[in-house]
Amino acid sequence: MNELLNLLKDNARYEVRDLALLLNEDEEKVSEEIRKLEEDKVIAGYHTIINWDKAETPISKAIIFVNCVPERERGYDRIAERISRYPEVESLSLISGKAEFILKVTGKDMREISHFLAHKLAPTEGVNGTETMFILKEYKTNNAVFYNANEESERLLVTP
Amino acid sequence: MTFEDEINQTVRYLKPSGIRRFFDIAATRKGVISLGVGEPDFITPWHIREEAIHAIEQGKTFYTGNKGLPKLREGICAYYKRRFHVDYDPEDNVIVTVGGSEAIDIVMRTLVQPGDEIILPTPAYVAYAAIIEMAGAKVREIVLKEEEGFKLTPEALKDALNEKTKAVILNFPGNPTGGIMTREDYEKIVPILKESGIYAITDEIYAELTYEQKHCSIAEFDEIKDHVIVINGFSKAYSMTGYRVGYILAKKELIDMILKIHQYTIMCATTPCQFAAIEAVNNGDKDIEEMFVSFRQRRNYIVKELNRIGLYTPMPQGAFYAFPSIKRTGLSSEEFCERLLDEQSLALVPGNAFGDAGEGFVRISYAYSLDQIKAAIAKLEQFLKDGGWDK
Repeated sequence: MNELLNLLKDNARYEVRDLALLLNEDEEKVSEEIRKLEEDKVIAGYHTIINWDKAETPISKAIIFVNCVPERERGYDRIAERISRYPEVESLSLISGKAEFILKVTGKDMREISHFLAHKLAPTEGVNGTETMFILKEYKTNNAVFYNANEESERLLVTP
Repeated sequence: MTFEDEINQTVRYLKPSGIRRFFDIAATRKGVISLGVGEPDFITPWHIREEAIHAIEQGKTFYTGNKGLPKLREGICAYYKRRFHVDYDPEDNVIVTVGGSEAIDIVMRTLVQPGDEIILPTPAYVAYAAIIEMAGAKVREIVLKEEEGFKLTPEALKDALNEKTKAVILNFPGNPTGGIMTREDYEKIVPILKESGIYAITDEIYAELTYEQKHCSIAEFDEIKDHVIVINGFSKAYSMTGYRVGYILAKKELIDMILKIHQYTIMCATTPCQFAAIEAVNNGDKDIEEMFVSFRQRRNYIVKELNRIGLYTPMPQGAFYAFPSIKRTGLSSEEFCERLLDEQSLALVPGNAFGDAGEGFVRISYAYSLDQIKAAIAKLEQFLKDGGWDK
């Protein structure tokens, strides 16, 4: 199962037939396994890695540290769930260190992100401080590099 | 006296590598897709490359001791112990060489006297026969059979032995066949080796690419270990072909002799590459495993696809080659490959490049991306259809 997940991690668009051949399994068995992984939310979704700088509609991204106080009995879960409901929030994690949460947020430009920060995130109950870092340029995301890595293979056509 | 008479007559009559000849043909064509390479398709892992760069930055570019950097020899011995359960001493039993190729050459030159015979199971990697002949010995071929999984059998070994036999070359997993020898297979030939007292030169360059079980080194057999010479290197396991770092493991008395040739001809392996190799051997197990899984997947893929399109291909147990028979087509290996290149611009390596025993086979490397493999399969399928060989 891990081998299947590792393949899908690198390429969500593998056809079932290819996966079955690579794993030396029946196609039906692979389909069933994927269905089960999806059902169990082990596979929680499929995304496309987009270099927005190259797309015609660039977007802005920011990393935000959020300081907040935990609630009795609930810890950080409720506040995390509240914040993660905003579609602007691409990812949210509880971390160790100087802040409680680290968020990655997206918007069509800096103004939109600032608006989200000032009107939504900062006023959220329990949030008592934020620190925002706008992303200027992405070089690598989800294992995809956005610069010209220049690592083309120069192997000979035929070798012993 | 002609020029040909002036030069060494062994070199004069040495056959140029069949692969080289085929490469020259393929290189003149445009838009050729190839499944013809004998090296992994991964770029050397960055942490290993970075060590080579660091060594150069730090000016670590002097000669090393002849045997190689002590830390590298320690790493190699720890690696052999860790992964193949064989003990060697870093001080007494190791020489770091310029790739496995140098290792084959200097081992052969150390062992061989005029009139000796070296047993070579074929089809075999192209360099062995040439190196045996250049060292002044005669090649005694054993033809490995597809129906026996390209394994060396005790019967064939016995038949090939005589009083002139100095050594047998073992290359399992093998290029080009992908055949392996299991512990049980070795148990059958070890008593024969012990009784005959010949050397076993075991080229284990593809050891990490053994798919259904762990690689078994013949050096594990204590009763003949004194007569086993292990050749290995970094090219295939870590995708470091261009670094040219290999090594020899053997008993001290042999190492001392082999070292004489190494020190006078090579001095030492390239220093920055030795530093990269230290990083690989100490911290590269994870890379080996990732590449292993990827090769195994592609092996599964290509072998099933080859069988689907009508090219019967047994599942190879090691290395990254499929080696199907094309005898059914009635073409020779070279005709098959040349026509495939002409008609479909697809380059494979004709089996006879690996000796006469390879006639009737082609070597198909799967050290390529899945997209490239797919494109090649489509071409091969069309070729077989056009020839009426698809059913």
